[in-house]
Amino acid sequence: MTTKKTGAEIFVESLKKEGVKTVFGYPGGVVLGIFDVLYSEKNIDVILTRHEQGATHMADGYARATGRPGVTLVTSGPGATNTVTGIATAYMDSIPIVVFTGQVATKMIGNDAFQEADIVGITRPCTKYNYLVKDVNDLADTIAEAFYIAKTGRPGPVLIDLPKDVTQAKTDFKYPEKVESRSYRPTYYGNKWQIKKAAHFIAKAKKPVIYAGGGVIISNASAELKELSELTKIPVTMTLLGLGGFPGRHALSLGMLGMHGTYAANMSIHNSDLIIAVGARFDDRVTSKVEEFAPEAKIIHIDIDPTSIRKNIHVDVPIVGDARLVLADLIQAIKENPEAEPWDKIRESWLKQIDEWKIERPLSYEQDDIIKPQFVVEKINEITNGDAIITTEVGQNQMWTAQFYKFDKPRTLLSSGGLGTMGYGFPAAIGAQAAFPDRLVFDIAGDGSIQMNIQELATAVLNNLPVKVAILNNQYLGMVRQWQELFFDKRYSSVNLAGSPDFVKLAEAYGAVGLRAVEPSDVEGVIKEAIKVKKPVLMDFVVDREEDVFPMVPAGGAINQMMFAPEKKKQEARLKAVK
Amino acid sequence: MQHIISLLVENKFGVLSRVSGLFSGRGFNIETICVGPTLDPSISQMTIVTKGDDRIIEQITKQLNKLIDVIKVVDLTEKEYVLRETALIKINARPEDRAEALRIADIFRARVVDSTPTTYTVEITGDEKKIEAIINLLRPLGIKELIRTGKIAIAREEGKAIAKE
Repeated sequence: MTTKKTGAEIFVESLKKEGVKTVFGYPGGVVLGIFDVLYSEKNIDVILTRHEQGATHMADGYARATGRPGVTLVTSGPGATNTVTGIATAYMDSIPIVVFTGQVATKMIGNDAFQEADIVGITRPCTKYNYLVKDVNDLADTIAEAFYIAKTGRPGPVLIDLPKDVTQAKTDFKYPEKVESRSYRPTYYGNKWQIKKAAHFIAKAKKPVIYAGGGVIISNASAELKELSELTKIPVTMTLLGLGGFPGRHALSLGMLGMHGTYAANMSIHNSDLIIAVGARFDDRVTSKVEEFAPEAKIIHIDIDPTSIRKNIHVDVPIVGDARLVLADLIQAIKENPEAEPWDKIRESWLKQIDEWKIERPLSYEQDDIIKPQFVVEKINEITNGDAIITTEVGQNQMWTAQFYKFDKPRTLLSSGGLGTMGYGFPAAIGAQAAFPDRLVFDIAGDGSIQMNIQELATAVLNNLPVKVAILNNQYLGMVRQWQELFFDKRYSSVNLAGSPDFVKLAEAYGAVGLRAVEPSDVEGVIKEAIKVKKPVLMDFVVDREEDVFPMVPAGGAINQMMFAPEKKKQEARLKAVK
Repeated sequence: MQHIISLLVENKFGVLSRVSGLFSGRGFNIETICVGPTLDPSISQMTIVTKGDDRIIEQITKQLNKLIDVIKVVDLTEKEYVLRETALIKINARPEDRAEALRIADIFRARVVDSTPTTYTVEITGDEKKIEAIINLLRPLGIKELIRTGKIAIAREEGKAIAKE
């Protein structure tokens, strides 16, 4: 006969069964009991954040960096609603997090009680699944199921709402060994016949391209992807979330595709006769005008989520399954396919054409007497030797990072792709740092985005999580300004951030280290100094105010119709730069 | 094109909201939706009538399948099926119209389930055409209130002689 445990104790024991070491949380009235149990729990580290949104992004950053579910614990009402942006961010990018929210006692639910919110209703469309636990006897099973759902199939956020009385009630604790569901059974292995057909298409293709997305990273398929590419000599382009899934410095890498993709990637896709999409979903930032996307190409689409297939684009060979398992089977099928000719020979002219595109329009910028944001990213890449975990915010900082940092390894770029959440990068970096205390973690930020979750500087400082924030400070909401420059006749409405706080002083006020670079010659020293100090650092890089992200496919255009940087950047813009 | 989609779902709270939320969130359209228990009390059955081209219907069935609580999705439109809907129609029944009302009901094998000195309530079961037809015939008498259940449908057993109606 086991002694009975309270719901709060069952919660903590269940987390331990799931191997949870870190919880990102913020307490409040109805979760006092849970936090009380955590107070004396040696095996679980609670990181107190300064905002529940921060806690959710930290769990997300933790999950992306490790591949294991991140965990958030917050109180009811506003605590719960503050997690919504973080949950939606994780949902769009298929990130496994489990969010526990407190709830008012079951008998009070529906009464508009103090700090009551229908968080299960609110998060229904942005969670993979969510629960309101009404009976303590269901608690352990629910937690086990939640973790199982979060991390299997196409992963995603799961929320569990815990009424106060459920956490106080007592029952026997028994954690299920295994979760089984009659209604949830993801498909992992691809259809053999379709895989054979894919091998046949690959053998016949003259101008194939692999288009790899975040699914490659989620399913740990990088090795298989590399093998497929090298075996068949097919070049690889990646989505934002796919970066790192294939080595960025590999000769067969085309870099990112899409709205701010490389010329070589977009031209390759546009002119291809076969696209092998792996764990990518033909998002509008990739395809642009979908009717004119890769007009000649047959499409093989590998994805674990059947709804991703044929959602936006016609697919010739749909393969539902886990990217890693399907790629392994596909490689086998290709090796066994008698049609295959020597790959070097049949790819020669295509790869030559791609090399010409690479040379014709490489990613570039002109560094002069003002710091260019791209230069900062390149320097970070060079100094860290591509070994750091990099998070980004959203906007120009994100695109420059995607373009100029060569991600060689999976799980080294953490960025909000689908939802595009400004304020994601900094807490995500803290979450990644909590998972890997000894690794170098950089958040490449803009001066707008960093202010969306700047309060987490306190979390980083007090928990000794020495993340390095590189603010590309152009005193603008740069990407919005860029669109206004290009499409709204330079009417810079509500984008001027001049007068933001002094980031160096701000860092110091929080007990972090603040550094500033004004001249291009300062950049290297600032980055090296930031790496040297074992504290969180805010680096304020005063960059060219009106630098734009190019190439750019204007919204609604075809992917091969790109805009490039003007030959000579306008003098007036430089004069505006604040020294 | 109209499609009739039959679902088996876990009989849990919030399931209807997940299904209807999926339709509204993704801009799919629901013409009618009916939910009821099955022989297994842990499973409910839903019949959804929706409209869309092939791509939309494919997305609808895939998205429904993706919902954690959905056990099975069948697009009945691809099969032989029996479809029924019930309507309760409250009509004016003035003395001079009462005989006519009863005649119309009789033609459609509808029943009068409530009667007052000034009204009849007619119960009719059938497919959409039949219900539309009786409504059209009763309209001149004056329809005071009309309530329809929405459609339920069941697949015909395959491999057996089909005896329609």
